[in-house]
Amino acid sequence: MIKKAFLILLVAFTGYVFFVAASARPFGSPRVVVSKRYLEKGLNETGSQNIVTSVVVLYRGFDTLGEVTVLFLAATALAALISGFPFERKERTEPSLVMSTASRYLFPLILLFGAYIFVHGHLTPGGGFPGGVVIASGFLLMFLAFRKYRVSEGGLIVTEGLAGFFYVLIGLIGLYLLGSFLASFLPPGRLHTLLSGGIIPLIYILIGFKVGSEMTGILRSLKGEDENG
Amino acid sequence: MPEVILIISGVLGFFLLVSALVAWLTRDLLVAVLATAAAGLLVSLFYLILQAPDVAITEASIGAGLTTGIFVYVLSKTERYEK
Repeated sequence: MIKKAFLILLVAFTGYVFFVAASARPFGSPRVVVSKRYLEKGLNETGSQNIVTSVVVLYRGFDTLGEVTVLFLAATALAALISGFPFERKERTEPSLVMSTASRYLFPLILLFGAYIFVHGHLTPGGGFPGGVVIASGFLLMFLAFRKYRVSEGGLIVTEGLAGFFYVLIGLIGLYLLGSFLASFLPPGRLHTLLSGGIIPLIYILIGFKVGSEMTGILRSLKGEDENG
Repeated sequence: MPEVILIISGVLGFFLLVSALVAWLTRDLLVAVLATAAAGLLVSLFYLILQAPDVAITEASIGAGLTTGIFVYVLSKTERYEK
């Protein structure tokens, strides 16, 4: 009881701190210098219609490489942890016919939607991270619907490693040609079309593959290798 | 902000509070996981109202989608009820 009261007090205090911090700066007040520059010059500098994407991939591209690395480490650590635990198998009911049939038709559509999200990352909201997660959730559906559904571990590792390798390679090409890591060495292209934004589409496609294979790997290691079940 | 958006935000905030309380107080961990997913979906709607569609789509796919699946997998390997 005291623990719960203390938790409520903690939440109320955190909310109060956030309220004070937010009310010190009125909603929609003039923006700080850096974000103003992104909003005013981002479109012409990068050719990306989605300013958020241009910040994530180009202005703060090095952070994004770090994020992808953190995700890779987390997936690897989880796989290493899980493989050490022998879970006892519990009885599982067979998925129903409706579930398995619907999943079979939904699976390619989910993959297509995920690919759409990361290919259009520089035009519409979304990008490599949500796109990859949508693809992984398609695999989750298949894992749930078919007990015997398998994804080869080698394929996941090769996809993930190649995507990471090409990401760093694109960064190094930018370093070689323009003198800074992950610089956009491709022309911005015609604005508001699919082939615009310099290296943004390339990098988001790579991130989509990388995140998708990493998340699928996490799900695969959680599912466990029950050869007879 | 127009009144409509304020009303929608109020309703969403109420349900967000309810789902957060359910996730906290229930002993059935499967219910807690589903309540967390509902909270994630409501938060992503809030992001949409605040005109941050990029964050909204990420929150909807990760917070409400994949995290729920991972939690359900973990529950299927451990205990369903909190002791």
